[in-house]
Amino acid sequence: MTAELVRGQNHPLPQTRLEIRISAGNPIVAGATLGDEQGTVQGVEWVAHPASPQLPGIEVSKQAAAAHRLAVDLDALPEGVHRVHVLLALVSGAGGPVRFGAMAAPSVAVTGLDGTEVAGYTITDLDAESAVVALELYRRQGAWKVRAVGQGYAGGLAEMLRDQGLPQAAELAAEINDAVARGMARSVAQPPPRAAGDDGRVRTATAGTGAAPDTPAQPQTQAGAQPSSAGDTSAGASPGGPINYQHPGRRTAAPPTPPPAAPPAPPGQPARPVAGDASGWTMDERLYNQVWGMFEDLARTTAAYRSAVDFAESRMEQELDKVLSDPRTRVGPAADTARAQARAKQAGLVEQARTALDRDLAQLTAEAEVVEPALPPAYARWDSPVWQGYQVPMEVPMALRLGDLHLPERTGLRIPMLVRLPLERGLWIDAGRTGSAHGALLDSAELRRLAAETAVAHAARLLAVYPVDEFSLHVIDPAGSAAASLAPLVSSGALREPPVAGAAGVSSVLAALTRRVDLVQMAVRSGATDALPPDLDLAQQLLIVHDFPHGFDDRAVTQLRYLADEGPSVGVHLMMVADREDAQAYGPVLDPLWRSLLRITPVADDHLADPWVGHAWTYEPPLVPAGSQVLQRVLGQVGRAREAYGR
Amino acid sequence: MTVNMSKGQAISLQKADGGTLTAVRMGLGWQAAPRRGLFGSRTREIDLDASAVLFADKQPTDVVFFRHLVSDDGSVRHTGDNLVGGAGQGGDDEAILVDLQRVPVHIDQIIFTVNSFTGQTFAEVQNAFCRLVDETNGQELARYTLTGGGQYTAQIMAIVQREGSAWQMKAVGEPANGRTFQDLMPHIVPHL
Repeated sequence: MTAELVRGQNHPLPQTRLEIRISAGNPIVAGATLGDEQGTVQGVEWVAHPASPQLPGIEVSKQAAAAHRLAVDLDALPEGVHRVHVLLALVSGAGGPVRFGAMAAPSVAVTGLDGTEVAGYTITDLDAESAVVALELYRRQGAWKVRAVGQGYAGGLAEMLRDQGLPQAAELAAEINDAVARGMARSVAQPPPRAAGDDGRVRTATAGTGAAPDTPAQPQTQAGAQPSSAGDTSAGASPGGPINYQHPGRRTAAPPTPPPAAPPAPPGQPARPVAGDASGWTMDERLYNQVWGMFEDLARTTAAYRSAVDFAESRMEQELDKVLSDPRTRVGPAADTARAQARAKQAGLVEQARTALDRDLAQLTAEAEVVEPALPPAYARWDSPVWQGYQVPMEVPMALRLGDLHLPERTGLRIPMLVRLPLERGLWIDAGRTGSAHGALLDSAELRRLAAETAVAHAARLLAVYPVDEFSLHVIDPAGSAAASLAPLVSSGALREPPVAGAAGVSSVLAALTRRVDLVQMAVRSGATDALPPDLDLAQQLLIVHDFPHGFDDRAVTQLRYLADEGPSVGVHLMMVADREDAQAYGPVLDPLWRSLLRITPVADDHLADPWVGHAWTYEPPLVPAGSQVLQRVLGQVGRAREAYGR
Repeated sequence: MTVNMSKGQAISLQKADGGTLTAVRMGLGWQAAPRRGLFGSRTREIDLDASAVLFADKQPTDVVFFRHLVSDDGSVRHTGDNLVGGAGQGGDDEAILVDLQRVPVHIDQIIFTVNSFTGQTFAEVQNAFCRLVDETNGQELARYTLTGGGQYTAQIMAIVQREGSAWQMKAVGEPANGRTFQDLMPHIVPHL
């Protein structure tokens, strides 16, 4: 219910968070003063005006405008404030009217935050005044009320402020006029007057009149409905120009090419899968997301199947138990029928579950068949044709294939195991006995050889997918026992320094990497990355430790643990090729080290769990097919590129 | 068209054109507690939670709620916990999506519940409702107004159950008390 007030009338305020809307025929200045119980303004800090638009609990606009919205939160006002005066003043020296009598009567309205009007007041009977106290909000016995005041001052702002007991009234009035004039200069010009007959348009709340009449040729822009936004451009932006919302340090990325469209599916069948049919900005990202989507789908559909089968089994057992528990029905044709029924129910449910699983697996298999050939080198198997056309990349790929994963329900359906680059954790290639059937057939020496070869295959892949100056490899082979496996890395020149041997070599490599971790950490913490010594290699580092703990003393083990803890955050990773049994003498102190590494095996082994339902997945290492020279050829290319770049 | 369902009413989720429903969404919406004064963060927030419990032959096998957002088989998904509520304009603040075609074969009943985690009763919450929507065309199948529901902190909303090869929804609308779905289990069992 709106109350239209007359001068002197008051009205209760139902809430303390309000908006005061002011509209006038010409741009005017709006402000507010806070007063104590006697109505005295205690200082300039109790005046909200265009040069200082925000006080606790009240905010006014920064410039003159024909329409204002002042936000008021009476609860948030400073302690001791009992009155709020809402002021209007004409803009001095801007070519507009110099007295309120020469323009349409301004009106003010108090509204709630939702826009419902509480009270309105039109200030009539003004003549020579150039400033006016429009409203007073005041506290009476703990409740707030509004009073229509309408007290005008012919002497303008300065006289009005002096009347409210402010000693620096003249200075403040000058400051306000200055701020308003600056706001005018920044704001856009008013649009030119419209031709007669076209005047039915609603007057827009444009800010500023200063430049409009004599420069009609300059570009004209309609100011927005919010007057404060028009003149709000920061000092660096061009005056009056549109605000540039673009991040200064970011290039405009070209919109990603749309993912390939799936061909229309024949009716009644699921759509045929397409490689790269996932969200992402690049094909790399789309394929990565698609592979992870397939991984999740396979995990979940298998979970549905397994839980249905488990449930069928347990229900059948319960039903069979029930038949057996009753001595009267244990034997005889009724019992046989009950048993047969229970078995039939179980078989029926398993059959249904299997049908659902087969449907999903067929879909995923079809998807894998199109996705696998589309994978880029970093995601592809070694036998993929993309490795035949390998070229040294210029950019770090998004992820790396560490191997294949499959579940016993469909061993033929293999999901690439992709991990993000740069690596988040190091790798541990377990040279020890595993529980799997594959591992049990091999003797210990053969397992160690396979572990070293797996390590070389992983390291070669990392070397090949990183640009040459962004990845460095170090190898510790204390006893030289992996020389045969490491030969491709060494002979191709992809490995810059030969594998170090002996205790002295171990400690020198560890010391160099520890120094790098320390320096980079220090530089990052103090924000002084440009102060790093020029000889420091800032590329990602991978340290292969073969035959741990052979050649390690206590000090070296401590250093290794330090690298495992602190290295990953600054790009230094470990690849341990070790049998945990060998390091038993160190006891539990090394447990955190093993746990911090991702354990993978040189033979197929089911030790990896997915993040959704925790199935045990069988991991298969990405070994180069027997007799293939792809590894040597790729490493040769990397070696030549490294030489050319002087790395 | 919205069906304001009454207690115990059952509707088949067969669509008008004869096809069966393939995906449903349970939506839950409520209005956030009003901000108070300067320290708006001290406002007592209202946190309602939607949950779905999956049953196989009256045995609970899986549950989807704010701590387990996706059922193990991936067929039921919670869009995430909303701790404060929304504008109260009728939009869903929490939703549970059910892909009925992918629900494992042994699951025959799914029960939807609403709980007030922060303990306000439905009498204190503004503009609270829960509804069941056909996700394929956005049509509302059922709606309950929770506001004004009395001194209760929970409601067992509806059961979606297998009926032959199709699914059927039965409205329950039974008020109860409890902080999470676990507290409701004794009340749920009689409806199975």
